[in-house]
Amino acid sequence: MKLKFPAIVAAATMLAAPAMADLVVPNMSYRTGPYAANGIPYADGFSDYFTLLNERDGGIGGQIVQVPECETAYNTEKGIECYEALKSQNPLVLNPLSTGITYQLIPKIGVDGISLYTPGYGRTSAKDGTVFEWVFNAPANYWDGASVAVKHILDQEGGDLSGKKIALVYHNSAYGKEPIRTLQELSEKHGFDLMELPVDAPGQEQKSQWLQIRREKPDYVIMYAWGVMNQVAIQEAVNVRFPMDHFIGIWWSGSENDVKPAGAGADGYKSLTFHGVGQDYPLYADMKQYVHDAGKASGAGDQMGNVLYSRGAYAALVIAEAIAKAQELAGTAEINAAQMRDGFEGLDITAERMVELGLPDFGAPIKLSCENHGGDGLGRIQQWDATAGQWNLITDFIEPDAEILDALVKEDSQAYAAEAGLTPRCN
Amino acid sequence: MDQLIFASEVMLNGLMTGVMYALVALGFVLIFKASGVFNYAQGVLALFAALTLVGIQNGQVPFAHLINAAFGTSLHHFGWTVPSVLAIALTALVMVGLAFLIEKLVLQHLVGQEPIILFMATIGMAYFLEGLGDVMWGADIKTLDVGLPQGISESIETVTDSWFGYGYFIDRLDIWATVIAALLVAALVAFAQYTKQGRAMRAVADDHQAALSVGISLRFIWVMVWSIAGFVALVAGIMWGTKSGVQFSLSLIALKALPVLMLGGFTSIPGAIVGGLIIGVGEKLFEFSIGPMVGGATENWFAYVLALLFLVFRPQGLFGERIIERV
Repeated sequence: MKLKFPAIVAAATMLAAPAMADLVVPNMSYRTGPYAANGIPYADGFSDYFTLLNERDGGIGGQIVQVPECETAYNTEKGIECYEALKSQNPLVLNPLSTGITYQLIPKIGVDGISLYTPGYGRTSAKDGTVFEWVFNAPANYWDGASVAVKHILDQEGGDLSGKKIALVYHNSAYGKEPIRTLQELSEKHGFDLMELPVDAPGQEQKSQWLQIRREKPDYVIMYAWGVMNQVAIQEAVNVRFPMDHFIGIWWSGSENDVKPAGAGADGYKSLTFHGVGQDYPLYADMKQYVHDAGKASGAGDQMGNVLYSRGAYAALVIAEAIAKAQELAGTAEINAAQMRDGFEGLDITAERMVELGLPDFGAPIKLSCENHGGDGLGRIQQWDATAGQWNLITDFIEPDAEILDALVKEDSQAYAAEAGLTPRCN
Repeated sequence: MDQLIFASEVMLNGLMTGVMYALVALGFVLIFKASGVFNYAQGVLALFAALTLVGIQNGQVPFAHLINAAFGTSLHHFGWTVPSVLAIALTALVMVGLAFLIEKLVLQHLVGQEPIILFMATIGMAYFLEGLGDVMWGADIKTLDVGLPQGISESIETVTDSWFGYGYFIDRLDIWATVIAALLVAALVAFAQYTKQGRAMRAVADDHQAALSVGISLRFIWVMVWSIAGFVALVAGIMWGTKSGVQFSLSLIALKALPVLMLGGFTSIPGAIVGGLIIGVGEKLFEFSIGPMVGGATENWFAYVLALLFLVFRPQGLFGERIIERV
């Protein structure tokens, strides 16, 4: 009996842990808790993309990708516990899908030498690779989003925003406050008034904010929200008859979950996105054949094609391309975390490559470097069609205002470097 | 003058919001009054009730994911929809069944235990019911439509516009919530005052031992009270779920009920209503007048400040029973 027990433990450990030669890309998911409705499709898309590569292509460079899942429940403490547990499995990169967890992990990953990939969330100034060696946030960040929204409004208003009023309705947290400085700078540049309206989490009660909007009649509302705050804000906007085509959410306020509860009233609501919508891409045919029809889909297998599923799959795609680049640079398929970081810095996903991957025009080209960990920050506007029950892309990719943003990113990253005692790299 | 008009609009909306808070607080009061238990699971009961209602309405197969995973089937829906009234009635029955199970499996085994033990048990129930709701009906956000109207009341807007030159915003859903809450409170008070079961409930609330000695079944009263609290949770779930869709966050509405309970008292049904109104108006007016000076988002914390202020002067709450201990 004494001999049997360690043998069982060893066997169980071997089953639980990925084989040494495999590429390990954990899925830090949240399938429970207040944000599960958003966490589930993202986690499914992320896992399913790697399942597709494993089933169709035999992995990446002949190496199977293992995607161990760890439940964070969108809770920072649990996220840190996941990180500590996953660390022993030699992960190549982590994508925690939480700005709070990202902020906590940034100092740790520098010490442990593991990359963080935070597309569209996390610390914006991590775009500066000279300071944030291990963090990548391409293709776009929160400040890019604010700038793209203002550019779209400029376009709607014939290029002149002087005398206009834009309200920012935001989640009263580090995430929600991210665009404030950018919008303040942009309001000075373009001459619009900025109205700031914080909403305390979780955001089920927003009557005060929307009464204020009704009284002060801003021309546009930009929203940075998450979870139930999205659904309530869109419903309140419908209630006060705010014109939905003048209401623009960040990409975390633009999934089917956010608009469906408001029914027909949500028709015309806009949000930012940094990727395509729907399933009309060749990749999804493969996803159906090799993953869903084969019974290998993650979760209930009922999320394919929705916004957050696509975003999860897109995050996996960027990571997969970085792995391939890392293998190419290292000259071996069995890469380690340091080589993975090099892969990210050498990443170059062109429009032609997106066609090869079965996602033509799905995402803007991404070219990273030692200095640039955030890409070009391009975003598009999607609009909800309540009758058809689908999002439609209504603009091409829009460039953010680099003149304003580059300086802000530099200022913030330099402050972090001074605080953390870091010497800028890439010289 | 404009500021006065705006303030009165904010106040009216605060009253309406207060009713929504009171709907949640009522469930807490009922259980605390009858058994001295602070039911941590009340918010989750609202979520569970609303999930069940939508599931029944849409003909969703409960535990579909689990069944499909175990048997390789592909069940999701029965293929029918159930009218709202019938779905509400069936959900109420489910809540009665749940109350029976809670009494049978949990409370029965904890008779005579300290209130803190019962409180801990309700924490356990809350987490269990959260998980059960997810497994039973799925974690996606569900649209709830039982035919309640939403959006601005145009008649009130037109009338106030002709009076003050400014059309007030009042949400039709809030008006309905007010009417339903009034009916609910009237029914609860009538039940407690004029029915045998209601009087038995009050007797248990006054003194468990004395009630037992005259032949009142504690078990029956507990099932009944948890059933009524489950029904109140269903009403609260419908109101809040209509606004935001039915999702996990519904369980967090309990947080909005706490200051209402602190202010109104844990044992008074009218206290829950008055407490809700005071909190609703207080937090909205504070946000309107002081919020802009301090960066906004004051409502969550100000509600508790207001409740604490009342507590300092009346620890038992506005309508709570005065605590007198003789030694």
